[in-house]
Amino acid sequence: MTAPALSTRSLAKRFGSLVVAEDIAIELPAGARHALIGPNGAGKTTLINLMTGMLQPDAGRIFLGDDDITVLPPDDRVRRGLVRTYQINSLFPHLTALESATLVVCERRRVAENWWRQLPAYSEEIDEAYDILSALTLAAVCHRVTRELPYGQQRLLEIALALATRPKVLLLDEPAAGVPRDESKDLFAAIEGLSRDISVLFIEHDMDLVFRFASRVIVMVGGRVLVEGTPAEIAADPRVRAVYLGKARGGALQQALSGSSP
Amino acid sequence: MLPPIFGVLFDGFAYGMLLFLLSVGQSVTLGMMNFINLAHCSFAMLGGYVTVALMTRYGWPFFATLPCAFVVAAVVSVGFERTLYRRLYRASDLDQVLLTIGIVFISVAVAAYIFGTEQKPLPLPEYLRSSLTFMGIRFAVYRLILAAIALVITFVLVLSLEYTRFGARVRAAVDNERMARGLGIDVDRTFAVTFALGSGLAGLGGALAIEIIGLDPSFALTYLVYVLIVVSVGGLGSIAGSFAAAVILGISDVAGKYYVPAAGAFLIYLVMIVLLMWRPRGLFGRR
Amino acid sequence: MALTQSMAAPRLYFQSRTRWRPVEAAFWLATLLPFALFPNYLVLASQIAITALFALSLDLILGYAGIVSLGHAAFFGVGAYTAGLLSKYGWGEPLSGLFLAAIAAGLVGYATSFVICRFRHLALIMLTMGFGLMLEELANSLGWLTGGVDGLQGIATWKLLGRFEFDLYGYVAYSYALAVLFVLFVFARRLIHSPFGLSLRGIRENYQRMPAIGAPSHAHIRTIYTISAAMAGIAGALLAQTTETLSLDSLGFERSAELLVILVLGGAGRLYGGLVGAVIYMIARDQFSGIEPQYWYFWIGVLLVAVVMFLPNGILGGLTKLAARWSQP
Repeated sequence: MTAPALSTRSLAKRFGSLVVAEDIAIELPAGARHALIGPNGAGKTTLINLMTGMLQPDAGRIFLGDDDITVLPPDDRVRRGLVRTYQINSLFPHLTALESATLVVCERRRVAENWWRQLPAYSEEIDEAYDILSALTLAAVCHRVTRELPYGQQRLLEIALALATRPKVLLLDEPAAGVPRDESKDLFAAIEGLSRDISVLFIEHDMDLVFRFASRVIVMVGGRVLVEGTPAEIAADPRVRAVYLGKARGGALQQALSGSSP
Repeated sequence: MLPPIFGVLFDGFAYGMLLFLLSVGQSVTLGMMNFINLAHCSFAMLGGYVTVALMTRYGWPFFATLPCAFVVAAVVSVGFERTLYRRLYRASDLDQVLLTIGIVFISVAVAAYIFGTEQKPLPLPEYLRSSLTFMGIRFAVYRLILAAIALVITFVLVLSLEYTRFGARVRAAVDNERMARGLGIDVDRTFAVTFALGSGLAGLGGALAIEIIGLDPSFALTYLVYVLIVVSVGGLGSIAGSFAAAVILGISDVAGKYYVPAAGAFLIYLVMIVLLMWRPRGLFGRR
Repeated sequence: MALTQSMAAPRLYFQSRTRWRPVEAAFWLATLLPFALFPNYLVLASQIAITALFALSLDLILGYAGIVSLGHAAFFGVGAYTAGLLSKYGWGEPLSGLFLAAIAAGLVGYATSFVICRFRHLALIMLTMGFGLMLEELANSLGWLTGGVDGLQGIATWKLLGRFEFDLYGYVAYSYALAVLFVLFVFARRLIHSPFGLSLRGIRENYQRMPAIGAPSHAHIRTIYTISAAMAGIAGALLAQTTETLSLDSLGFERSAELLVILVLGGAGRLYGGLVGAVIYMIARDQFSGIEPQYWYFWIGVLLVAVVMFLPNGILGGLTKLAARWSQP
């Protein structure tokens, strides 16, 4: 049986007496579309930080395919295909969208060490960057400076930059966060359009997205995995209800839990 | 009879206490808002000149001028904070460095214009210039008093940080500014008060420094380097860190000058570089 | 949408950025004016060219990679003393002196870059300052080698290319300095418009994101820091060779701080900012050379505060904004 695209075993992390991750075991098969949900402070972003290498775990191992990547530095993991996006945009404010995407492609293709040949000569890299932006409907604004783009398009650019690294595993940290309703259509289309070669794990609070795209949902609470299952199973699970209904004041999840799922 | 090293240690400790007074405000404000204020020693210089002016032109006794040095430096710093600094809290490192270096240059020029470029001697009373001899070591009375004042202030600072509400707000803001705001703490106001206190302490330090290291307009730049070393080695936002780093630096400097005068300040810089590489956030800084 | 049209457009964008603009050509033609119009000021002109090169070297790390350095004069000094000592001890050939100075300064830069590349913010500023101060102290203590406070005596530069004697009027000196500046400027310009240059801007724009796109930012920083150090070393060597004097303040903290002022005045990250800043600063300093140093620093201080509060991108930034406003109806 082939190893899952990404998996963790008994991953644990604590800050003093604060347990942010305990005995986390996740398996992300190739081509998967899994969602990670949970109340604030459950440790979802921490888990992403552990997986990408921004944080070192106290215990446990992380595997990318067959390879143990637990001690690899972040840029190594990216080069092997494990890439994330950020909940709060982490872009290059004064670079244009095209420049940003070209930068990522050049780094991936290891041509960024060249300081004699001028950029226009790198037509393959530029074209690839442009194609990625086009696929995410950003072609028309590719010459605009990032900080001048509307927030929804910045969010798309965030995903474009991640895609430019040709990931095998993509971790999306709340891709729809902060995007106004009228701009989220393109974003949803972009996520839907993600190639099946890429395995996706996304953190979301927006239950529309979760039910639309996820084939499997993982629920985290207090640094631990509470339960895993299909969206329907999760919606029906009384433990999940207890965790959310105790705090939520209505909203999509409650609707979903009461049985009106798409 | 004690060997001379004890004299060196004492002098170094007293110098360290002086550096602590000059640096502690900078450390806490840097830790709180990450605002790089290179003009910190200009406030120290201001305090020094206040003392000089009050003593030489108005005949005030030395100890009466100290609270004035503190207050004037604090008040002037508030003026700068309101008008210039507060616009740059979110600005880049470079902008903060440039603005505050600009203020240093201006302050050096103003001091030179008003007071001239020579060092100002202080007409201190006789008993302050004398020394006590104990077991063969001479302890200068001035340094004893300086160390005592600094220790009292340290004590007051630590107690108020631990046991007052204001202290709790300061600790929260240093620890996690965003969270502190989220909890309803008025971080800007806390910062403004802390900044004023820190600058006031620097002013006091400047006044006390005259007798030990002299006062001329270049003070604002010369001692800036030492203050920055204390702050970055000790750890941003940490009083204990500033204390430890100041004492280490003070003793190293005095001992270095006594035992290996040829090395000059080279050792100090080397020690700083090594310590920063080992602990980039300082000995007691947040990880 | 024609496929060929849309595919060509992105490449054209990059091409338009790398093409030399008429205003650049005008700038470089203008640098030839002193020969005709200000023949009495050629010595000053060569000083300006040297400072411009020094500022350009700082722009590479500050304006493009975001490294705030308060110790860049160290590399200038290493280059200067290398060329000076070579000359003093018998080898005064200028071009090879430049080459060796670049190597010496580059080596020091390379060594320190391993430390520098790992830090940002205050720790980085302190480290650059610390290295600069350490070198200053070292140069001071090694007075027997460097001449200490009296400066290095006995520098005698040979004829340039074996034919051109350095004259008192600075004719050869300015030609020499200007030529070196231009060559290195073209080099820097090509670097900025290469993929490496794009990476540097990425580091400046968002240092944290770079590992997340798989970029080896530490290696990039080490490379540019070494190049920048070598360039600063060449500028220092030029100074030693053309003025045939050298003192410790060429590598002091004031020199580093002053360079920062010059670059920021012109505008960092615009390649020409350092050059423009050098022209304005050096001419102003020459005009006001009579006033006492602290009053000079008073106005520099005022200028710094004004630039930070009102002209954050320096003079070139202000001009660009003006030009943009005029070109819009």
